[in-house]
Amino acid sequence: MWGIIRQRAACKGNHASNLEQGIRAIALRTFSSSAKQMTVRDALNSALDEEMSADPKVFIMGEEVGEYQGAYKISKGLLDKYGPDRVVDTPITEAGFAGIGVGAAYYGLRPVIEFMTFNFSMQAIDHIINSAAKSNYMSAGQISVPIVFRGPNGAAAGVGAQHSQCYAAWYGAIPGLKVLAPYSSEDARGLLKAAIRDPDPVVFLENELLYGESFPISDEVLDSSFSLPIGKAKIEREGKDVTITAFSKMVGYALQAADILAKEGINAEVINLRTIRPLDRSTINSSVRKTNRLVTVEEGFPQHGVGAEICATVVEDSFEYLDAPVERIAGADVPMPYAANLERMAVPQVEDIVRAAKRACYRSH
Amino acid sequence: MAQLTRRSANLLKPFSASVSATRHLTTSDTTPITVETSLPFTGHKIEPPSRSVETTPKELLSFFRDMALMRRMEIAADSLYKAKLIRGFCHLYDGQEAVSVGMEAAITKKDCIITAYRDHCIFLGRGGTLLETFAELMGRKDGCSKGKGGSMHFYKKDSGFYGGHGIVGAQVPLGCGLAFAQKYSKDENVTFAMYGDGAANQGQLFEALNMSALWDLPAILVCENNHYGMGTAEWRAAKSPAYYKRGDYAPGLKVDGMDALAVKQACKFAKEHALKNGPIILEMDTYRYHGHSMSDPGSTYRTRDEISGIRQERDPIERIKKLILSHDLATEKELKDYEKEVRKEVDEAIAKAKECALPDSSELFTNVYKKGFGVESFGADRKELRAVLP
Repeated sequence: MWGIIRQRAACKGNHASNLEQGIRAIALRTFSSSAKQMTVRDALNSALDEEMSADPKVFIMGEEVGEYQGAYKISKGLLDKYGPDRVVDTPITEAGFAGIGVGAAYYGLRPVIEFMTFNFSMQAIDHIINSAAKSNYMSAGQISVPIVFRGPNGAAAGVGAQHSQCYAAWYGAIPGLKVLAPYSSEDARGLLKAAIRDPDPVVFLENELLYGESFPISDEVLDSSFSLPIGKAKIEREGKDVTITAFSKMVGYALQAADILAKEGINAEVINLRTIRPLDRSTINSSVRKTNRLVTVEEGFPQHGVGAEICATVVEDSFEYLDAPVERIAGADVPMPYAANLERMAVPQVEDIVRAAKRACYRSH
Repeated sequence: MAQLTRRSANLLKPFSASVSATRHLTTSDTTPITVETSLPFTGHKIEPPSRSVETTPKELLSFFRDMALMRRMEIAADSLYKAKLIRGFCHLYDGQEAVSVGMEAAITKKDCIITAYRDHCIFLGRGGTLLETFAELMGRKDGCSKGKGGSMHFYKKDSGFYGGHGIVGAQVPLGCGLAFAQKYSKDENVTFAMYGDGAANQGQLFEALNMSALWDLPAILVCENNHYGMGTAEWRAAKSPAYYKRGDYAPGLKVDGMDALAVKQACKFAKEHALKNGPIILEMDTYRYHGHSMSDPGSTYRTRDEISGIRQERDPIERIKKLILSHDLATEKELKDYEKEVRKEVDEAIAKAKECALPDSSELFTNVYKKGFGVESFGADRKELRAVLP
């Protein structure tokens, strides 16, 4: 039942406020444990709030972050609390405000720059790569850049080719950047706090369809000092037959696939990468050395993707342990179509992950 | 006859301090001298400052010393490049020295400067040393960026110099970001974001200027108009080459960039304006004797007569020299002797830089992150070369 609730929430995207309250009500009745629930949206909002409260150098800048309360309401309430000097609405000029953010970081402030989606980061990509990522190296440590670039990444629902690209692979290739991709609310809180506190430039890839999704959250996670380590993947589900790696929304799909596989006697281990760069090669390799089979899952384009890197790293470090070729599930190698049936074919579905895992286990469907 | 005294190294600008011999051509005389700039300032949406500039013998002599050093440094870099001791890119500033020294005379090291790749002299003006410059150009570990940056990536954060940028135009939003941070921190200082006539058409410049004006940032955009963006003359690149007007709603000032005193006056005026009223554009009408970079002879798109004409009529060092001589602050011979000393100083710095070692191989993997926390990085063959990032 929980899986169905989660999938419905995932499809509704940011119109989920009523649904989310409904889900919370159902969840609270369904689970007798005292686990609190928190949406990813609230997790991000609370993380921003706490980090801004703790350090006066932290400020938010982007389109509609202030008076509009955030295009996806991630920065809701922050303008009222911290004022327009620290929650800065910008014109629609990404190259300009990303550059201004990096310059402010050079001086020692800690900007959190929001891209309404990462598709628009391409307008500012020179500043992310050449002005931010490389500066500490080129200056031999004189100019460090404690900036966070955050926003929704990857496909939403029906938004078409120009608004659906996943940028994990592109940014993940750049030395000098740290690239994070949270899945759950715990991930969102812990990784955003870590990103803001980190002295290096961080690309923080959220997912629009996850914003409204609720996850159980412990008191430890709710504490304002909570953070997650950058560069450490999480084993979401332990298993012994096949390793499935995923990040962001695909973690949810991988977990659903694991449930289906379990009914067929295949015990899958699901790894939530959490960090794209630096990739937790150690956790991935240890898992593959245990299961001997690997399926990589991502939403983005397949060529030169995150899965390609994971495959290469496993072949380099754990070749003798592989009992089957590495399987890659990725977005289709086409621009994102609009029609619902074509869109469905362009993005990985749970059954794709199940099928690939079975292939890796040499089982036919 | 001017008072020439022997001075300890303390009273000299830092970059001159590398010579241990006693210095000539300095004075502590601060009797005000009023000089008229060569041309009046032209304003766009602003009342320009007066043509009368207050200076002192001390300042005039320091202008001469500093510009002579910069000139000599750039010419020496030319030779080093031809000797293949400097590799890659090398963009020389000779001819434009007055912009750097005039600006420094108007501001403090708490004000920030950011520029593009023609940055050697700006670095010197901010307090960098000759040794750091030549060592960096030759990729040695005693360079200002430990040899890892190169000609285009000089920085001196402790003196408010934020580089040194290779991507044309990127430094302007970055500079506006510095100004944003200065205002946010309530520092009462300003940022000078420098760019060329080639960069003046970049979209991101207008994006940054728009935000700076909306938010009243203490940003001064300084267009060093040397009339050529690489090989393209300004009239071929800009529909409106009146760069001081291109800010539209933002006020602008056109300045004779070959006149250090005019530059000083304009920068002083701009700083006062920016602190109260937000961004202003300064267009420095200047000229570079060299081509765009060492791979450009600089003579295919302009005539040799033009270059020698400017050298004859508008050279910034010659202008200051004339002022010094006309006010009897030094003799012709003293100035010539000084130039010989500068040559010697530069040669010594080069000799020392040549002795410097290349960076250690382990430096390949340092400074990727400020906080690497044990992450692994790889060389070309990862089975051969791996390192843990500090």
